[in-house]
Order: sequence, then structure tokens, then C-alpha cells
Amino acid sequence: MKPIADWALGMAVARGASHAEARIVLDRGRSLGTRNGRVSVASDVESLGIGVRVLADGGWGFAATQELSRAGAEDCAALAVEIAKASAKVQRVPVRLVAEPAAVADWSSPCEIDPFGVSMEDCFELLRKIDATLSAVDGVTLAETNMTFRRYEQWFFSTDGADIHQTRTTTGAGFAAHAFEGDSIQTRSYPNSFGGQYQNKGYELVEELHLLENAERVAKECVALLKAPQCPEGRRDVVLDSSQLGLQIHESIGHPIELDRVLGYEANFAGTSFLTLDKLHTLRYGSDLVNVVADATPAHGPGLGTFAYDDEGVAAQCVPIITKGMFEGYLSSRDTAAMIGRGRSGGHMRAEGWARVPIVRMSNISILPGEKPLSFDELIGSTDDGIYMETNRSWSIDDKRFNFQFGCEAAWEIKGGKLGQMLRNPSYSGITTEFWNSMDAICDRRYWTLWGTPNCGKGQPEQGMGTGHGASPARFRQVKVGGAYGS
Amino acid sequence: MNVNVGMDKQRCAEIFARVRRAAQASDVEVTVQGGRSSLTRFANNAITQNVSEEGCEVSVRVQLGGRTARATTNRLDEDSLRRVVGQAEELARVQEEEPGLLPMLTSKEQGSAAELDRYCDETAAMGAGERGDQVAAMVGIAERSGLNSAGTYASEESFEALFNSHGVERWYRQTVAEASITMQAVDSSGWQKQNYTSAKRLDARKLAEIAAEKALRSASPVELAPGRYTVILEPSAVVDLIGFLAADFSGLALLEQRSCLNGRMGTKLFGENVSIVDEVSHVEQTGAAFDGEGVGRQGLTLVENGIVRDVAMSRGTAARIRKSELAEKLANAHATGHGFSLPNEGGETATNIVFKVSDGEAKTVEEMIASTERGLLVTRLWYIREVDAYEKMLTGMTRDGTFLVEDGRVGSGIRNFRFNQSVIEMLRNVLDIGEPVRACGEEAFDMIAPAMRVEGFQFTEVTRF
Repeated sequence: MKPIADWALGMAVARGASHAEARIVLDRGRSLGTRNGRVSVASDVESLGIGVRVLADGGWGFAATQELSRAGAEDCAALAVEIAKASAKVQRVPVRLVAEPAAVADWSSPCEIDPFGVSMEDCFELLRKIDATLSAVDGVTLAETNMTFRRYEQWFFSTDGADIHQTRTTTGAGFAAHAFEGDSIQTRSYPNSFGGQYQNKGYELVEELHLLENAERVAKECVALLKAPQCPEGRRDVVLDSSQLGLQIHESIGHPIELDRVLGYEANFAGTSFLTLDKLHTLRYGSDLVNVVADATPAHGPGLGTFAYDDEGVAAQCVPIITKGMFEGYLSSRDTAAMIGRGRSGGHMRAEGWARVPIVRMSNISILPGEKPLSFDELIGSTDDGIYMETNRSWSIDDKRFNFQFGCEAAWEIKGGKLGQMLRNPSYSGITTEFWNSMDAICDRRYWTLWGTPNCGKGQPEQGMGTGHGASPARFRQVKVGGAYGS
Repeated sequence: MNVNVGMDKQRCAEIFARVRRAAQASDVEVTVQGGRSSLTRFANNAITQNVSEEGCEVSVRVQLGGRTARATTNRLDEDSLRRVVGQAEELARVQEEEPGLLPMLTSKEQGSAAELDRYCDETAAMGAGERGDQVAAMVGIAERSGLNSAGTYASEESFEALFNSHGVERWYRQTVAEASITMQAVDSSGWQKQNYTSAKRLDARKLAEIAAEKALRSASPVELAPGRYTVILEPSAVVDLIGFLAADFSGLALLEQRSCLNGRMGTKLFGENVSIVDEVSHVEQTGAAFDGEGVGRQGLTLVENGIVRDVAMSRGTAARIRKSELAEKLANAHATGHGFSLPNEGGETATNIVFKVSDGEAKTVEEMIASTERGLLVTRLWYIREVDAYEKMLTGMTRDGTFLVEDGRVGSGIRNFRFNQSVIEMLRNVLDIGEPVRACGEEAFDMIAPAMRVEGFQFTEVTRF
């Protein structure tokens, strides 16, 4: 791929670029799924192309093409420079980049069992068994299963001298049961909603998830929800399972710490952030138990936000975000770091595919588990009167990331330290900093899971991105619940 | 570098021929899609991002009796086309036979598809310089108004072709130019967005002026108590709510009992003043007039005077419905040309929504305001998600220009609300409907939608700005 990149970078410089990057991506995916016993998804997809990002006259330009001939690569680079010069005509301050050593590297995410090497018969056999188990539960009206595999191979070159080859293998799997009766449609998913669990791992993830073993239980819970009482409205102590807490982190910490949002770049679409620059190191974001990191390093785990280098060649780092409740850091890039006087990028520039320009994205935004031993049973046992909520069903937050509302699939009353009756249509809402400051307990590392959100949307044109969120179950005091169905 | 230069129906047919030669399967369907899209993005009154991409992909579906699968590539060389066909065949071979899988569509069955001219040469030819000029104009209005602006100006050309081994041939192309702008003041904002197939119709300056006025008028917002209010929803807000209903107008969703229309077909679910059709050939619509198998897209009467009438059906869904308990309720079930490409999870969906208003019934937004004693004027809604699938309860926020209306006049801006509102209930409480116009949101596809004055819209919480 280097010759292709050399053509592009050479043309970019010849046309006046002061900095240029070429990113070539070969993206391969496989999706399999069933629905009420029928095959609903059976597809393979591959895509190969180059994206060229340049600085010229202090402005950014980006062009992408799948034409990888010399003419194609050079035309693409020339167009990128032309676009950059047009950018410079509506400019206030020329773009500046903080320095980053040019890396030469080759890295692959861990993969014990190549998912593309697993026979499709075996994959479909497992999915059909799960489907049949769900459908066999009386009351289930729709069963759906899915498996997704991806191999994302990227070559990154820059006029700084970077030459970085990275390969990520991603596996995702899950199922859902739906039940309709009267005026209610209920859903239960496993191991997570909206497709299941995703990690940068091989097929070994599917084996670890024990999907078939959990199918009957989940389907029965789905049907049971039809008869469960409605989640009450009011203020309660709330215990969230780790998957729901992962999404809470994504929406109410991960997005507001994106420095490009803070600086106004997303104002027209995803919004801005309440974390204005004056809040860095001064805002009490959460209680003393809230410790959050943005950790892209492989040591954090095989999350969807794990890589060796970001998509402008900056080495993966662990960036402290909240330490003992105090707000400590943003997700930054080479240009946004320069804008706030930082000497180095935090390494959070990512792009989806070859055709999209890199923008500031989450890596693995995780809450650290409790340092003191605390099991899930002990967490429930120490809660006198509350509600335990599991698995996300709906999520919504305002465009500065203050007011949020989440709905979950299922909940259980907690009375006198014990889980009691099931509740349906649970929801909770609040203001971000008030919520995190109400956290007074979090389970230890034994209960910590690194969840994957495969399709975070941001940017114009919009692009998806996989992000990781590690969390243990945790308790929050006196949270507003039931407001979604309130009068 | 343009891989799409000169791409037309004939060149797509040549790609199909190459794929067919490489296939062992006799039933082969190929979709060729591609185009070029460019977007200039700005924030803080300066261009922050400026991009252009082009691409073309070939998607191959094979059918082996009762088994079907798909493989897609953007690599157009012979080896890659041979490989993608092989992948589709291998994926199909490993499946069990599905008795309900229909034979591939034939040219006799495909039905007519409206001939739609939605391609504008000038829009296709727009370059970074022209987009930059449009941005400069919008930014200029912001600066003269003492405001900060963020937004986009985009132009694109796209094409879509479908061929199969039973003589089905389809071709479509279009262009779109779009502008979106947010104007920001110290404690308020305003927003506008619009797109057309021809850039000549897109008045970016006017959008900027409207957004600026909203930002200035909503300064120093007051906080109101949550509760039920009469609201005047501008068309963009209506689009983003109604979009959540589209997938419920699906035959497969009814078969699977996941639609909010379960048990409600043929009933008066909405107010008598609500009528909605699906009409791809409407002069203000975009999109192809054939579905994922090549069936010509027909018009549908989704809602007529509040009564739920038609749903979209793919070929397979229609065949299943004819043999199901729904056969009597959905008499004359047939393919409507709204199916997704096979195989798929969703079946089909309504795609080209157009509201209908009786002659003389349409009210302007100004008339709606004038007849409101106390209520809210809502520019747009944001981060809308479904809370309850059967009651179609949605939650989300107001954003970028929300105003108190009192005694027939627009008053101060207000702090943004969170709503939790059933769209079904909302459409029963429509007091006035405006003239439907082409409208864009951020949470749903573009529609021909009206402004609406609705009573009893539920806001449950207020945020801090």
C-alpha cells in the first residue's frame, strides 16, 4: 500500500500541502441472523479505498476514492488540496497541530479464533437453536438472533514519516425476545440490547457469552414483563447493571468530554457541551467513587475503543477523565490540543472507513471498578428500598449533555436488601452532574465488563464508530424514576 | 479520479453481465450504487472541515431454490467480482431451505416505476469554491447579527441500478444540495435546514436569516414549569416525530406483532384531520421508484381522515399475509414496491411520506400563533427515542428556538423541555394543520410535512438552557 500512499502524499505536497496524511482501509464484514426461525441476514461486505487529509494555506481538506491507481490516488490528493485552499477563504485562525513523533508500527488486536474461519453452518446452527429456544416459550411473538464479524485493516502514512499498519478483528453476537399482548410490546435481550455484546476479539467471544444457555431464561422474563406492574414514579435509590451503566457513561461522560464539541465544532448536529474549558480541574463531576478513564491501550482490554495508534498517527494513551469525582481531562486531537495550549494530543482522532475524515471520538471510556470488595449480592443487600434496572431500551439527552432520560427493559424492586417483584417499563432521568454525584457504591473488578457500543453516530457527514465502556454495577441515591410514563 | 464518471444504466448493465458470467447460480440479482458527495462544514464562523468522497459498490444476491444470500464489494476488477459472487453462493449454500422464499422477480411481475427526473447538472458540478461562497454568505449574516454560526453546505449526485437474471432492469439517479445552519447567541440559538434536488432552489441566506432571528428573539430564555401545553410544531419537528411511525406501516411488522398498528388496522386511530400518503412521484420527493427487489413503488394511502388504511408490503410479506390470520383484515395483500433488499430483518417500510390537507383547511404558522391563548412555538426536536413501542411514546428535547406564545403573539424564548409524548395521542389532538412542504429534520428521512398546532403535548422536565 505504500506506493499508493506515496503517490497521494507526493501530489499533495506538490500542490501546496504543508501536511498530508493518507489512510487506506480494507474493511470486511459478515452478518448473520435469524428471525422467527427464518434467515433474516446473510451477507458479506468488503470495501477498499483511500482517504487523503491535507493542510494547505492553514485550512483542512479531505478527499476519498476507491480508485487506487496512480491517477486515482493523485487526483484524490489534488482535490484534497483544492478543497483545503477553499477552506482557507473562510478562516479565522490557521490550523495548528501539536507535535507527535512519527511512528512506524504494525499491530493487530487479539484473535484466538478467526471468526471468518468458523463454518457458516456452525454459526447458523447456533443461531437457529437460540431462535427455537426463544420461540418455544409460550407468549414470545418474535425471536431474533444475530452474529457480526468484522476485520478492519488500515494503513496510515503521513508527510511526518508515519507508517502504521493496524488490524482489528471484531465479533458481536446477541439475541432478543419480544412479546405482544393487549396494549404492550415487551422485549428482553441478551447479553445486551441492540445487537448484543461487541468486542475486538475473535469468535471466542461467542463461546464466552453462553448465548444458548441464557435463551430460555431471557424469553421467560420477556413474557413475565407483560404481567409485571408498572415501574412507579418518584424518587428511589437505583442500582444499574453494568451494561446500562456503560451506556450512561457513553452519553453523559463520553460525549461531553469530546474537545471538538466543547470548542463548538459539533454545534450544528450533535451539539455542544456543558464542560466549558473553565470547568477543567474545577468541576466536581461525581462523587469520590467516580473514577473514569479514556483508555485506548490494549492493556485496558479488547474494547471497541482499543487501538495502537489513532487515525492521525498518535499513540494510544490512557487519559484520566474523572479522578475521585473531579473533572480532569478531555478527548483531544492534534489540532484541538493546540487550541487549548496542550503540548500533545490525547490520541482520540478516529474515522469510520476510508471515506470519512477523522474526528474526535471516544475510545474506551470506562468507570474503574470499586477498590473495596463489593459483590453484586452485597450491593443489593445494602439497599433497603430501591429499584434494580437492567438492559437499555431507550436513551435520550439534551444537546449540551445535561438532562437525560433512560428506559430499561426490566427492573426489580429492592426491599430490605432483597430483589423482589419484576417491574415493567422502568425509566429514570436526571441532570448529569447531580446523577454522578449521587453514586455511593460500585461493585469490584469481579463484576466489571468491557461493553461495546458498535454504532455511535457523530459528525457531518455522519459516521458510526465502535466505542468501549467498562463498568461494574453501581448504586445511585434518590434518582427520579418513572417520569417517562408519568402524568 | 472519478470512478463514477460516465456511469449510466449501460455501464451498470455491463457490470451485471460480468457478475452473471462469473456465477454458478442461475438466479442472480445485482445492485450497483454509487456517487459523489461533498460537504463543507463550519463552526465559530469559519470552515472547520471540508470533504469530498466518491464510491461505487456492487451488491450481488443469489438464490438457490429456497436459499438466498448477499455479498457486496466496491472492488470492480474481475477477480473481485468473481470473489463476491462466490461469497454470496457459499453463504446461500449453507442455509436451510426456506419454503416461503419466492422465486426471483421477473420482468413481467416488476410493475411500472415512475420516470423521475431528479438530476440537476449544476448541482452535480458544484465545487469547493461554490460551497465555500455559500458558507461565506451564511457566516456573513451571523457576523452582521453579532452571532456565532455553525453548519454545513453539501452537494451530492448518486445513482442506483438493479438487474436480475429474469430481465428486471431499473435505473435511477438524483442530485441533492443541502444547507443547515445553527446561529448561537450567549444563551440562545436558532436553526434551519433544507435540501432540494436543485441547488438553485436552495436559499442558504434566507435560512441563515431565519435562524439568526430565532437566536436573537429567544435570548434570555425564561423557565416554564413542565406540563401539557398547546404547541405549534414547525414542519421539521413534525418530520422527526412522524419518522418513528414509518416502520410500523409494514406488513411484516404486523405479522411479527411488533407494530403499533397491531389490532388497529382499519380503525380511526388518529384525528379526522390527519391524512397521510406514501407517494414517491410527488414533485418535492426524492428517492428511487423501485424497491430492493426491483418492484415498482406504488402510492399508498396510509391514513385517511384518521383511519389507518394501507401498509407497505414486500413480495414476500404480501405472500405470507395472504396465508395468515391477517388475510381478511388486509384484503388484497400485494407487493407495493417498498421492500428492503433481500435478505433483511425489517421487510419493508413507508418511504415517501406526504401529508394531505383538504382544500381551504391549511393554516399558516402565523394563523396558528394568532389563535393560541397560551402555548409554545417549537422549531425542532432532538434526540428522539422510542419509550413505548405500542403506544408509540417518544421522548426527546426541544432545541434551537423554542418560544412562549401568549394571547396570539410570540413572546420570549424558553428553556428547553424534555417531552414524553405518544405520537398516536398527538395525532388525535391536532387542532390545525398547515400546508405540507418539503421538510428536513435530523432524526428521520425528509417528508412533505406540515406545521401542526397540537393540544396537550406533554413536557415532563426542563433542562438548564
